[in-house]
Amino acid sequence: MKYQANKDGFYGEFGGAFIPEMLYHNVAELKENYLTIINSESFQTEFKDLLKNYVGRPTPLYHAKRLSEKYNATIYLKREDLNHTGAHKINNTIGQILLAKRMGKKRIIAETGAGQHGVATATVCALMDLECLVYMGEIDIARQAPNVARMKMLGAEVRPALSGSRTLKDATNEAIRDWISNPVDTYYLIGSVVGPHPYPDMVARFQAIISKEMKQQLKAQTGNEYPDKIIACVGGGSNAAGAFYHYLDAENVALIAVEADGLGVDTGETAATTQVGSEGIIHGSKTLLMQNNEGQITEPYSISAGLDYPGVGPLHAHLFKSGRGTFLGATDNEALAAAQELTRLEGIIPALESAHALAALKKITLQANETVVVNLSGRGDKDMETYMHKLNS
Amino acid sequence: MKQLFNTKKNILNIYLTAGYPKLEDTVKIVKTLASNGVDMIEIGMPFSDPLADGPTIQNSSTVAINNGITIRKIFEQIAQIRQTVKIPIVMMGYYNQVLQYGANAFFERAKVVGVNGFIIPDLPLQIFQEKHQKQLEQLDLTMTFLITPQTSDARIKQIDALSTGFLYVVSSFATTGSKSALKQEQIKYFERIKALDLKNATLIGFGISNKATFDTACAYANGAIIGSAFIKALENTNDVKETTARFVKGIRA
Repeated sequence: MKYQANKDGFYGEFGGAFIPEMLYHNVAELKENYLTIINSESFQTEFKDLLKNYVGRPTPLYHAKRLSEKYNATIYLKREDLNHTGAHKINNTIGQILLAKRMGKKRIIAETGAGQHGVATATVCALMDLECLVYMGEIDIARQAPNVARMKMLGAEVRPALSGSRTLKDATNEAIRDWISNPVDTYYLIGSVVGPHPYPDMVARFQAIISKEMKQQLKAQTGNEYPDKIIACVGGGSNAAGAFYHYLDAENVALIAVEADGLGVDTGETAATTQVGSEGIIHGSKTLLMQNNEGQITEPYSISAGLDYPGVGPLHAHLFKSGRGTFLGATDNEALAAAQELTRLEGIIPALESAHALAALKKITLQANETVVVNLSGRGDKDMETYMHKLNS
Repeated sequence: MKQLFNTKKNILNIYLTAGYPKLEDTVKIVKTLASNGVDMIEIGMPFSDPLADGPTIQNSSTVAINNGITIRKIFEQIAQIRQTVKIPIVMMGYYNQVLQYGANAFFERAKVVGVNGFIIPDLPLQIFQEKHQKQLEQLDLTMTFLITPQTSDARIKQIDALSTGFLYVVSSFATTGSKSALKQEQIKYFERIKALDLKNATLIGFGISNKATFDTACAYANGAIIGSAFIKALENTNDVKETTARFVKGIRA
């Protein structure tokens, strides 16, 4: 349990709940109830049923033979891209919506950057017939039009965040403010392993299904449930948290987190938090974040909107600082090349986020007999405009 | 500060964002507030991501950051203010700013320039106890925590025990700058707090915007804090001194 949150939500020195008193009651209510509810039999029955019959789990663990040949290792892809709505995000929204219902909440709010979490939230709200309001930075609304349309078709209101830099961090601020103003009937459905305790732990538990299945599938396919390496991209870090979860204490399994270097770590246009960030507090959590020496949080940059967050979840800060995790980065161009490569080798168009994880294959030393799992967190449909632009240039 | 709360009623505490509307306005504004009879000053340390604040204060913070405000600059401005202004000054900001400055150095420097206390809304009680309480006691600096309509009586008592200076009574479910008159349920909450017989003085804040809401708040607490309404008044002014004086007269009339 070295890498799990303690009762106050700390992973080593990271985590906790650094929140104004106006949020105390909401967060305390959640903290007091989440474990009891999600461990209950009725919750687990409903959760498992929806994951199987609605989301389409288990997702395949696919032995990518041509990719393996190219990199001279045994490479598996965990196909989270095959989930309903196209990414791992729905594992968490299904879990939290069932929790919100059991807590008697009537109104769901969420933040979204690229819109994947917003779509996953709008989807489960439609399913459960709950009111849904998604905060999204004004700038992101303009550059992610298809997802905005999906959310609206699903019945959600998409409200622009007009403050600050008008991107994901500001959408998160606005969602938190909404929760402060509507503490009784509203549930804040956070999309990543960020925010005040218990969110990082709760979201990691819902995403842990990824590594739970991975273990069973590896056992069945190779006879050994432990791979040598697991690779996942990290923005806030929810897909990586899920892919690592059941291997955290298996120290012989290398956990490789890949951040978005953007134009390059040293260019100032990057989202590689562990490389350019420092310890501090963002959205109620003590973690690593990108900031100036005044403590003002700075704007990240990545071609991938899902990795464009100026912090990492406290679990990842702990994995980084303790050395349990290996943190690498991939630039925009490296990710684009990796996306192209996977598409042509395996006939799978990955999301730009997941392409960052694939790009790490070039950056690690691989042995012929090694087993590597890359968590393919999402599909590339939403990124076609970017890919087409690249192909035509 | 103790003396102020022991001897005065209807305490008017005005919040301003340091470095707003212009970088060098802070000193002028505070001097004008003090000479017009304001009892206490709350100086906001502009932060990029102020979770407890509404759009008015966030926008003023963005302007001030773009003006080039820094914590060091705020300390310089307070030192200048202290050459003539004697009323209590508290600094309001977010914990990340304090951590990046270095908490020990921050509190020491604040003492040197003449700050009396702090409001750091996202500083958890437990972290305060473990890391900062002792230093603040030694420096004779106060720490004010917030209470809200959802804070239980037991927790209010715990917060009262840890707070020094005064308690910040958040008037409603809202971030700063929300308007409308004080409603019956808010009055009930103020009465509940009054009945708890707390050791600290209480100042009501959030939604106090004019003479009417100020007077109502004063009936249930030692006074009130006005922030967003004052920042709004400064938004389009050409003459910060005149606007400041007029604003205070409007409340105290």
